[in-house]
Amino acid sequence: MISVQQRDFDVGEQYLRLCQQAGDAGAVVFFVGRVRGGGGAVRALELEHYPGMCERRLQEMVDETRRRWACHAVRLIHRVGRLAAGEQIVFLAVAGRHRAEAFEAAHFLIDQLKTRAPFWKKEHGLEGDRWLDPHAKDVRAAGRWYNDTVML
Amino acid sequence: MIRIRFFARLREALGCDVLDLCPPSRSPLSVAGLRRHLIHEYPHWAAHLDSRLLSAVNQDMANGQTPVRDGDEVAFFPPVTGG
Repeated sequence: MISVQQRDFDVGEQYLRLCQQAGDAGAVVFFVGRVRGGGGAVRALELEHYPGMCERRLQEMVDETRRRWACHAVRLIHRVGRLAAGEQIVFLAVAGRHRAEAFEAAHFLIDQLKTRAPFWKKEHGLEGDRWLDPHAKDVRAAGRWYNDTVML
Repeated sequence: MIRIRFFARLREALGCDVLDLCPPSRSPLSVAGLRRHLIHEYPHWAAHLDSRLLSAVNQDMANGQTPVRDGDEVAFFPPVTGG
């Protein structure tokens, strides 16, 4: 299940829904991304996306995650619009047979999310507004899942 | 007609989010050719329509050589930052 939405999500409710789809999975790993306040310097983030393409890319990532780790279920929610510091941005959850594969699948998915889906972030700070650039470390993190030599 | 979409800082810099354009008569057209055509039509956009921008054709990631045909949707945007 994927969703791009403005409204907030309830982690407990999402966990229950995941469990309904997870069959006899022995491990559930979930991750919540939040708006960093930057020690008070950041008031809000504005998230823009490319409707249509964004959902397609997210579905491709979820499908790839399920194939590579034979996950029982995956849920991914990404919020858009203006979000204040401390608000939830992203939820992802993976249910798998064992903890190792569930952790790894969740790690893969969040790494891909950073660099492969058409989202953009504008930071509203005390010193003005600025569009954020991707970090080189995020690009490396996403790429290492496809290149064994980088992982050594 | 080709529908062109701009996102994020590029959209703000151009002051434009969607543009419908009759394809120039030169064919075949590529993403790089479309970018050059836009700069020809809107010279003040030249500084913003950088060749390092990402692009998509019909919502699939594209590159400069990707062909563009009448009826396509082409998007230009800066590197993405999700999560």
